[in-house]
Amino acid sequence: MNKNNLILYIGILIFGLAAPFVFPAFKVQLSILCILIVLATTWNIQGGEMGYNTFGNILFYGLGMYLCASVQVGMFFPLAEWTESGGEKTFVHTPAQFFQGMAMGLVVAAVVPTIVAGLIGYAILGLRGHYFAICTLGLGVAAGEISGGIEIIGAGQGFTTPPFPNVGGLEARGEFFYFLSFLVLILTFVAVKAIYSTRFKLILNAIRDNEDKAEAMGIETMKYKIIGWMISAFFCGLAGGIMGGLVGYIDSTDVAFDGREMGVFMVLMAILGGKGTLWGPVIGATIFHVFKEGFWTFFLGWQYVALGVLIVVIVIYFPEGLMGWLREKYPERFGEVVDEADRKAQVEIK
Amino acid sequence: MDFLVFQYPMITLQACLDGILLGVLFALIAYGMALQWGVMNIINIAQGDLVILGGYIAYFMYLYGIHPAWGVIVAPVIMYFVGIAIYKLVINKVVDRDLFISILATFGISILFMQLMNFAFGADVVLANSGYGTTMLFDNNVVLPNSKIFSAFISIVFAICLVIYMKKSKLGRAIRATAQNARAAKILGVDTEKVYAATFGINAALCGVAGALISITFTIHPYMGLPYTIRSFMIVIVAGLGNLPGVAMSGMGLGVFEEFADYILGTEFRIGSVFLLLVLILVYRRFKLSRKREYLK
Repeated sequence: MNKNNLILYIGILIFGLAAPFVFPAFKVQLSILCILIVLATTWNIQGGEMGYNTFGNILFYGLGMYLCASVQVGMFFPLAEWTESGGEKTFVHTPAQFFQGMAMGLVVAAVVPTIVAGLIGYAILGLRGHYFAICTLGLGVAAGEISGGIEIIGAGQGFTTPPFPNVGGLEARGEFFYFLSFLVLILTFVAVKAIYSTRFKLILNAIRDNEDKAEAMGIETMKYKIIGWMISAFFCGLAGGIMGGLVGYIDSTDVAFDGREMGVFMVLMAILGGKGTLWGPVIGATIFHVFKEGFWTFFLGWQYVALGVLIVVIVIYFPEGLMGWLREKYPERFGEVVDEADRKAQVEIK
Repeated sequence: MDFLVFQYPMITLQACLDGILLGVLFALIAYGMALQWGVMNIINIAQGDLVILGGYIAYFMYLYGIHPAWGVIVAPVIMYFVGIAIYKLVINKVVDRDLFISILATFGISILFMQLMNFAFGADVVLANSGYGTTMLFDNNVVLPNSKIFSAFISIVFAICLVIYMKKSKLGRAIRATAQNARAAKILGVDTEKVYAATFGINAALCGVAGALISITFTIHPYMGLPYTIRSFMIVIVAGLGNLPGVAMSGMGLGVFEEFADYILGTEFRIGSVFLLLVLILVYRRFKLSRKREYLK
């Protein structure tokens, strides 16, 4: 890691830590931004690096959301009565119960989707190309429809997550969720960066470029595809768990398994920033979030129209994304870096 | 299952007949999807939204006092031009690109249409009442609305007309040639750009017919498009491209499956079971194909 990068990372870290105090009005927005970056970055493992364009990561996000909230409630109170009572709560979490439940819930929300990804991965990741895309789309919608029919997690009327306990003043809730999501963001970024510097990333890229050849070279592609999906599922589940607490209300098709919004957003953000790059999804998510919030605020009601147009425009005119454009424009700064040692080795072979 | 089949034969019969009449409609939509998939190599996620738009055309005719059955004539004409417009604006830029690009672009169109229809027509579930009455069979135990029989009949008529058109007419031959090999067709003087536009238009027109029939028979709602897309996709992958009897059979099969899922699991799981069936079919197909690949090794 060179000096410039170090300064950049430290700068971002300081900004991230100071942000809720500098912009106290935007705490919720900043937390959502962190979640969006996590989702875009993990989508990029499949869509960008592995060439498997999934609409199904929303499954893990929604699963994490329901699991985290259910565990948080179910650890202390009967779950069925909680959901039945709807908005009017007869049970109140003490602060200790709330944080214990949240911690336990996040663990479950991360672990169970990972296991689910591992279990269904063998069947689903064997599909190629558009079959995979449509299958994962179906998976996401099916999960939403089915969870909307299950009584114990609220069915059609939704699930209210436990309210934040009355500790630490008015600002505590926002700060708690902001730092939680920022922590997950850092975890995700560090993990993904570490993965991208190993052989694992090269294997994923080999799968993207030509899976049959990669298989012929002796790579067990299925194993790596499943591991890649499990990594995505882990972080998506965490993000979902936090988002459930942040929103405070879980609905099966509008919040949790929201393929029409979140499921498309993560694809769009990664493509906007540039798929197959480390920074692309981060930049894409940031730009997208700013654009989205502006639009949602000033043109309320027209947001889906704008979203539809945006998808079409980005996909048709901008499929390489921002990083791809930068790479083309300034190859010496953003292009693929070839090691000095590698170059010398090539010369010697010649 | 057997308790249902043997103890309540009338319910079983009712579900089968309902399912078959419904499945014919699905098959019509799926035929449009197979057409554009085969010719242009595009999977149109907005297929279902075109269906719903066609339904709203018939519904509006009903509101203005015209019998909605005339929508079967009017909707495809309007939808043909809508399809051409979509092709000119968006699809012709994604035809030669990666399939995922077309999926995502049509997903965008789908979201756009959904919301525009929501603005234009409101978020209510509507239905164009045809006033056709019902037919009672087997001592009034099986109830068949005449509108369902009418819609199945019209779908079959349209499908037969289209098959004859594809076989006999010049444009139909050009479409089939392009589906076989676009480059060779171009060399032999087929204007493939025009063929693509016509294909998309015909597909949209088929969706318009199906939508008009659905608005008469069932209900329509701006957000109900995606299930129709998924159903037609499922029918096409089960039947295979260019296999018309297969499309008809699997369409009816899907219709019957849905009716049974509705009776056994309950209405709230109907859409969920359709999507789950899609996943199961794809997974089954993957294992079948992988076995074939091993055999070929």
